[in-house]
Amino acid sequence: MNTESENTTTADSKAANSSGLGKSVSFTNVVKSYGMKEVLHSFSLQIDPGELICLLGPSGCGKSTILRCLAGFETITHGDITVDGESVVAMPPRERGMGMVFQHYSLFPNMTVLQNIAFGLKVAKVGKKERLERAQRMLNHVGLADFGSRYPNELSGGQQQRVALARALVVNPSVLLLDEPLSALDAKIRVQLRDEIRAIQQKLGITAIFVTHDQEEALAIADRVAVMHDGHLEQIGTPYELYVSPATPFVADFIGQSNKLETRVLPNGMVDVLGFDVPLLRPLDANTPVTVFVRPENVVLRRPDAGNGDHVVHSSMFLGAFERTEVRVGTVSLVSQHAAGERFSPGERVSVEIRPEPVAAEPIDIAWARHATMKADVRVNAGAGERQS
Amino acid sequence: MRQVSNALKLSPFVVYVLLMFALPAALVVVSAFRDGSGGWTLANFNIFHRPGVGAAFGNSLWLSALTAAVGAVLGALVCYALLGYREDGVVHRLVDAASSTLSQFGGVMLAFAFIATLGNQGMVTLFLREVMRIDIYAHGMWLYTPVGLVLPYIFFQMPLMIVTFYPAMARLPRQLSEAVAMLGGGAGHFWRHVGLPMLMPSFMSGFLLLFANAFSAYATAAALISQGSQIAPLQVRAALISETGLGSEGASGALAVGMLAIMAIVVGLYALVERKSSSWLC
Repeated sequence: MNTESENTTTADSKAANSSGLGKSVSFTNVVKSYGMKEVLHSFSLQIDPGELICLLGPSGCGKSTILRCLAGFETITHGDITVDGESVVAMPPRERGMGMVFQHYSLFPNMTVLQNIAFGLKVAKVGKKERLERAQRMLNHVGLADFGSRYPNELSGGQQQRVALARALVVNPSVLLLDEPLSALDAKIRVQLRDEIRAIQQKLGITAIFVTHDQEEALAIADRVAVMHDGHLEQIGTPYELYVSPATPFVADFIGQSNKLETRVLPNGMVDVLGFDVPLLRPLDANTPVTVFVRPENVVLRRPDAGNGDHVVHSSMFLGAFERTEVRVGTVSLVSQHAAGERFSPGERVSVEIRPEPVAAEPIDIAWARHATMKADVRVNAGAGERQS
Repeated sequence: MRQVSNALKLSPFVVYVLLMFALPAALVVVSAFRDGSGGWTLANFNIFHRPGVGAAFGNSLWLSALTAAVGAVLGALVCYALLGYREDGVVHRLVDAASSTLSQFGGVMLAFAFIATLGNQGMVTLFLREVMRIDIYAHGMWLYTPVGLVLPYIFFQMPLMIVTFYPAMARLPRQLSEAVAMLGGGAGHFWRHVGLPMLMPSFMSGFLLLFANAFSAYATAAALISQGSQIAPLQVRAALISETGLGSEGASGALAVGMLAIMAIVVGLYALVERKSSSWLC
């Protein structure tokens, strides 16, 4: 950002604060049904002023529906949604004073970039001189100072989304809604724009709700992440809390990367994982058959001095700062994540140690588990878990 | 190999266009500049000085413009109304089927339908005259004049507009109206600043098609208007079959060239509109 942009940021931040940006948002027992099908089940969430919340979950989990209910494009079946304590459920979208950035930009193709950004101000009957000045300031803010006279189809995807962001912000919205704004962009632009969105949101102090199905994106950008599953809020917490202390097996499975291993709860309340006693995040009855979720960084590989380790390295993947190594343990595979300098070669014999970090566990069907002594499954989500590395 | 195969598949259409459109059109243009002995001449164009020819072209112009404008606006309104119905619903399918059929319903059948209902002894005319005491022909037999062609023409113009314009309207992204709403705008803002400007090229294209459709329509007018040649296509017929010595193939060719010139102007105007819109259309 240049000096002019910094100054603009400061000026806009003041304008934002004076216009009451950074409002709280509250969902209380919100239910949404389409006919007989309920897609949101008693959803409740409190969002603090100036906070950036990510709604994260797989496709069809209801995260976009929540955003559209808040925007006013969907009417809720039950419950209440308030902004700074005032219910907005009866208001049409245009009166809610929110800004929205859509997945596919939704810029007006018949208007230039500057006209797009100034449109909300035109609707608000701001004078032409002032609205063009404010639009240009916001254009500077998103790093497209010289693009005002272009049409949207003359811009790249990333540039179009920057314009969409500027258009949403120029009207000083009470809440900024971002509906998978980066999913149509390529990886490099996605990371760059993600960081820019976060920086602008923090400078303006605006409350923002960011919908995504990309966990890396959510963990990187959010103050708190709300993990959704099948119309339910599974867990809300900071990215760190979600990673180290998942409240449900779904969150443990969905966030980051885990080795899924079947075992039983020991009389001492721990679980036996490959001969190591590992504590549980939440207590379960002794002898309960469970699937435990062991993070790859808690699987430690050691190279025995005598070269006669118990297990064989199957494959190794170099990922820059760290490395992932897959090890065969009996009939199953385990993934270990470790520093890149500590290389293991396929075929090499190693010993395996499980760090005694608390693990999430999901009770499993007893009849099925009777046949399971110790099976392991490996789940690999490419690109996940870098935050912890 | 694939190019040869594609060319073969396309050849029946190309042959058809060459034989049935390009060649006759070229012959018509050439005939406009030939005299009876096969020499080159501009004398055929003197037909434009003949009484009634200018008025017939004038009638064709206002009739085409009026019915194209009314048909385009009414058709666009029907398309807008259709947006409120499910694409696979009964209403949609009904309007689709009716539009497709009625847009091709011009000609003698349509003329007869109007004579049977609104003609001098038509059902509606008699009902209005006998029961309601309203004589729709108190000021003359307007159905058999260019004014009378307005209603029958709109009858096939509006469905044609629905068929051609609805796909453009259905493609208008819903998120654009949501974006307008999030910026504080209502439906009026959306249509005035976004929807209508985006649809204008398609609307103009539809209008142009309707204009050309009406300008070249012959059978409906020929069946309804039995006295005189009050529109351009009827003048071409008159020039072809006239037994007074004034008519000739060359004269009718000149009239046809006049019609082609008007169509060329309309197409040129459309190209100007299209060039402007292409700077922002994706």
